[in-house]
Amino acid sequence: MSLLDFLHEYDQSLLIALGEHLRLVGIALLIAVAAGVPIGAWIARDGHRAGPVLLAANIIQTIPSIALFGLMIPVLAIFNHGIGFLPAVIALILYAQLPVIRNTRVALRAIPPATLDAARGLGMTERQIFLRVALPLAAPGIVAGIRIAATMSIGVAAVAAYIGAGGLGIFIVRGIQTTWDMMTIAGAAGIALLTLFVEIALGIAQKMLTPKGLGVRGGGR
Amino acid sequence: MNALFLFFADNMGDIKLRLLEHVRIVGVALLLAIPFGITVGIALSRGWARTIRGPVFYLLGLGQTIPSLALLALAVGLLGVGLVPAVIALLLYSILPIARNCYTGIQSVPDGAVDAARGLGMTGWQILRSVELPLAGAYIIAGIRTATVVAISAGALASLIGAGGLGDFIFAGISLYKPEEMLAGAIPTALLALGADFGLSLLEKRLERWRR
Repeated sequence: MSLLDFLHEYDQSLLIALGEHLRLVGIALLIAVAAGVPIGAWIARDGHRAGPVLLAANIIQTIPSIALFGLMIPVLAIFNHGIGFLPAVIALILYAQLPVIRNTRVALRAIPPATLDAARGLGMTERQIFLRVALPLAAPGIVAGIRIAATMSIGVAAVAAYIGAGGLGIFIVRGIQTTWDMMTIAGAAGIALLTLFVEIALGIAQKMLTPKGLGVRGGGR
Repeated sequence: MNALFLFFADNMGDIKLRLLEHVRIVGVALLLAIPFGITVGIALSRGWARTIRGPVFYLLGLGQTIPSLALLALAVGLLGVGLVPAVIALLLYSILPIARNCYTGIQSVPDGAVDAARGLGMTGWQILRSVELPLAGAYIIAGIRTATVVAISAGALASLIGAGGLGDFIFAGISLYKPEEMLAGAIPTALLALGADFGLSLLEKRLERWRR
């Protein structure tokens, strides 16, 4: 069976798995950004807050993904959600916190104080300064963090297939179990392609969000 | 809780064995990746590499975005199952952080220090060995630290392609739904990663302080 035959035979299940993968990563990233950006802003100008928050995010990041699943399953099993979608989403949200928080903090701190002073001099309120000056200037850096979080989440979501969360990882799981290389390769290649696609798309978004006249600011990558 | 202690007590020998296997997979991959990564980092920091620097880092970066599970699975397709494909996948994965940090570290060496060394009559090789590399030490250790954590994490997945390690307990625990077995793999794996990260962070801080 050639690769083309395989793709033809399994196109439906590949599409379903891709949809599951995107849903898992998408939901987790939405929640992770909604939580991580405010936390990053909250610790941006305060070293006493930043230390413990970054330490905690760093410790979570260091724990290997399959070990984090192994640690969470017995706890979530108490609520009857030991395996499946919920532990996968929680793990992805936790992992995404470090890049999102760290990049938000770094991007906000990189704004020259003179810019903020000028906005204050124009009579803007703190809220207006944050929403209309600080956030747009920090946007490319924040997106760089989301980009790191997205590529990482796609990889962790692949492992989540082992705890019943579905997604493209299923092809790797079945391929390895049945020693059918074609199936393993289809899953692995699908995940790798998806990662590269998202990486490039968010790289373009990052460039487009950079205000004119600022030049290219990577912020974290 | 009780079941967990019982499992640990009954399987202490096995847990130690898997832990050693895990350390061995990660250790061999890192022992190969460190000299290779540092060589790549040094080569890219030289003047003659200016034109290829961008493309090389871009390619290495793209390779890094491929998830470890996918990379391990692809290694099976090419090399079969067992220890060798696992070590090669981990090795490929560990090179980028080491090479990139080595390059950044050498870039961070003040021009004055290099000029002073040249003024003393040192050759390019001597400058590299006794000025640039020691001053870049903290960065290089930071790269090795990232690579170690990544390799320990990917090492847990290497169990799937028959390379052993602590992942054996986690995956057996998941498929049999035995929480104590899951934890017997997950807790040592997490501690191993956190311990390696912490230990190398201490070394990094020492070199950082020494540099000033």
